[in-house]
Amino acid sequence: MNAILAQLLNGLDKGGAYALIALGLTLVFGTLGVVNFAHGALFMLGAFCAVAFRQLITLETVTLDPEKLSPWGAPLEIRTPLAQSWFGDFGGVLIEYSVPLSILLAIPVMAIIGIAMERGIIKHFYKRSHAEQILVTFGLAIVLQELVKAIFGANPISQPMPSVLRGAADVGVWLGMGPNVLTYPWWRLTYFLFATAIIGAVFAFLRFTTFGLVVRAGMADRETVGLLGINIARRFTIMFGLAAVVAGLAGVMYTPLVPPNYHLGMDFLVLSFVVVVVGGMGSLPGAVAAGFLLGILQSFASMTEIKSILPGIDQIIVYLTAVIVLLVRPRGLFGRRGVMES
Amino acid sequence: MTMTAKTLFAMSRRDLITLVIFTLVVLAMPMWLSPLGAAYPGLMQKFAIYAIFALGFNILFGLTGYLSFGHAAFLGVGSYTAVWSFKLLSMDVIPAIIFAVILSGIFALAIGYLSLRRTGIYFSILTLAFAQMSYNLAYSVLTPITNGETSLQLNLRDPRVLDLAFAPRAPGLPSASLFGHTFSGLEAFYFCAVVLLIAFFIAQKIFSSPFGMMLRAIKSNQTRMNYAGFNTRSYAMTAFVISGMYAGLAGSLLAITDPLAGAERMQWTASGEVVLMTILGGVGTLIGPVIGAWLIKYFENIFSAFNDSALHHFFGFVPDGLREVVVAIRLQICWRRLAIDPRPAVRACRRVPARRDHGRGSAYSRPVRQWPDPATGHCFAPAGGGVTP
Repeated sequence: MNAILAQLLNGLDKGGAYALIALGLTLVFGTLGVVNFAHGALFMLGAFCAVAFRQLITLETVTLDPEKLSPWGAPLEIRTPLAQSWFGDFGGVLIEYSVPLSILLAIPVMAIIGIAMERGIIKHFYKRSHAEQILVTFGLAIVLQELVKAIFGANPISQPMPSVLRGAADVGVWLGMGPNVLTYPWWRLTYFLFATAIIGAVFAFLRFTTFGLVVRAGMADRETVGLLGINIARRFTIMFGLAAVVAGLAGVMYTPLVPPNYHLGMDFLVLSFVVVVVGGMGSLPGAVAAGFLLGILQSFASMTEIKSILPGIDQIIVYLTAVIVLLVRPRGLFGRRGVMES
Repeated sequence: MTMTAKTLFAMSRRDLITLVIFTLVVLAMPMWLSPLGAAYPGLMQKFAIYAIFALGFNILFGLTGYLSFGHAAFLGVGSYTAVWSFKLLSMDVIPAIIFAVILSGIFALAIGYLSLRRTGIYFSILTLAFAQMSYNLAYSVLTPITNGETSLQLNLRDPRVLDLAFAPRAPGLPSASLFGHTFSGLEAFYFCAVVLLIAFFIAQKIFSSPFGMMLRAIKSNQTRMNYAGFNTRSYAMTAFVISGMYAGLAGSLLAITDPLAGAERMQWTASGEVVLMTILGGVGTLIGPVIGAWLIKYFENIFSAFNDSALHHFFGFVPDGLREVVVAIRLQICWRRLAIDPRPAVRACRRVPARRDHGRGSAYSRPVRQWPDPATGHCFAPAGGGVTP
């Protein structure tokens, strides 16, 4: 029972990441009708926003200590982060909380990247076939990935989480079990809550604002909304920017869990496409539900008890689920009729 | 007999001319590629092999419009089967090819049976899912069959039943042979080239046959075909299996020119590459995918052989500061064209010296190839180097 609960919890954070990426993919697909293979790269760019932010605020001045020597006999180097020398203790806090604070950097950066991508390249491919859209966005993803590799190198760069959130929460106590029965790392819990908050915000935005109303109307019938004199293209561009921000934030907060490297995006891309299709192309709740479902299934499949019965199941569970769902429910769990069918 | 042979080989005048020209172009490859700096056997073999892969992919994608994103799985199955045939039966290439084609055909039948129930992007995702499953399993649970991360390779203790029944075990690792004749120099390339020509001929026949017409009709309007009373699924299924067999054939040829099969051949980026080749050359045309395959393989090879100094030389006309930038960018792009997974490159580096120890190498005659080191990002020549022609 406890093991099952523990796996359920373990699946939540990964599921949160899948759900966030799939949500963005579905937004882009639902609004612009574009199959965006560069979406994984946006996740990766978000992660590198966190890396860049940390590298910026940990720029150091190096002075040589006149008296002390290091154990090797060389003069001892004193490294003072500039942030600390400028802002004092507050600089230390900045460095400590670099990952959550990089959200502030990531939001404008990702929005600009997203909108530039849409206006610069993707806009020219609305009327082309999906195969061509896949090709051009795939190429874009490779270019972005290689740029990141050129700037940050090929090795993963680990990002420390704030020390407050290190260690694990004793979830068992909250549920009325004994202490240390069921623990869950604080950061994973944070990630799950963060993901739910973002998902909630996106849904609320679409549901309760006029802008969201117009966008939903545009998703249902773009032509009519255009005829009513609304500049729907501009709103869809903004939605692309929003999708980029969502993917970027998912990436920022994911960095303490998995040190980001340049092919992080590609690793998540295929999975998030599978998530979108399992959820049903064009269905936002479907993407979220499928994201969490697959995340949880994956963590269940990696239990040793299950692996001893079905060896290798942890490697294929996501794809296997996708195959079964597609064969049993052709349009995915929540898919609508006529979407992406020739 | 004469009648069937006549219909079997009957071609329109245009097809015949295309075939003759294509034959001349392929067989003359060593000549016209040498001014381009690509006339060494290793690369030309790849040209022939990936042309077969793209040809087969085009029979499915070009004719029926079904975009498979998992064709690399069949390539991998073909490679593994061929290496196993070398290990268990004989170093002769004929059984290796036959087994590889049959097994990848069966594999395609199983995957196609399920995947073809859906169309459009759902079909693509299904094939992608099957291929990724194969890839992940090849790396993990199926290690006894695939040898996992270290790749399946020949071994001094292989049973090789047929070979050893007729001749005593010779020292060192054997090489692939055709009826007892071991390939040397350009022979392996010419063997691949002849296979390519046969594959091209079959593709031509398919394109011009009523069956090919039926596949085109599926692409343009499957629903109408169904209403007209055709069972389109079985036609699409046949196309899928044929193109899977082409991929298996290409995979077995990869194993013949270099008896080693790794799971990375099945990764989805490899499937993406053949899609890229086909679209680059022209979907649905007969010759297009072949050209696309050649272009991609050529540029991949040429660019990955570029190193810092070659680039500096090449961009010598650009002002100094700018040149650094250009060279840096070019290098980044050249390294591992789809630089997603550094493992194959690293493994390839480790592999090269080992090959020479076994005294083989004729098939690998090519200029020293520069491999990028994934850790530092610098290009370096592998220790021991390639064998210069």
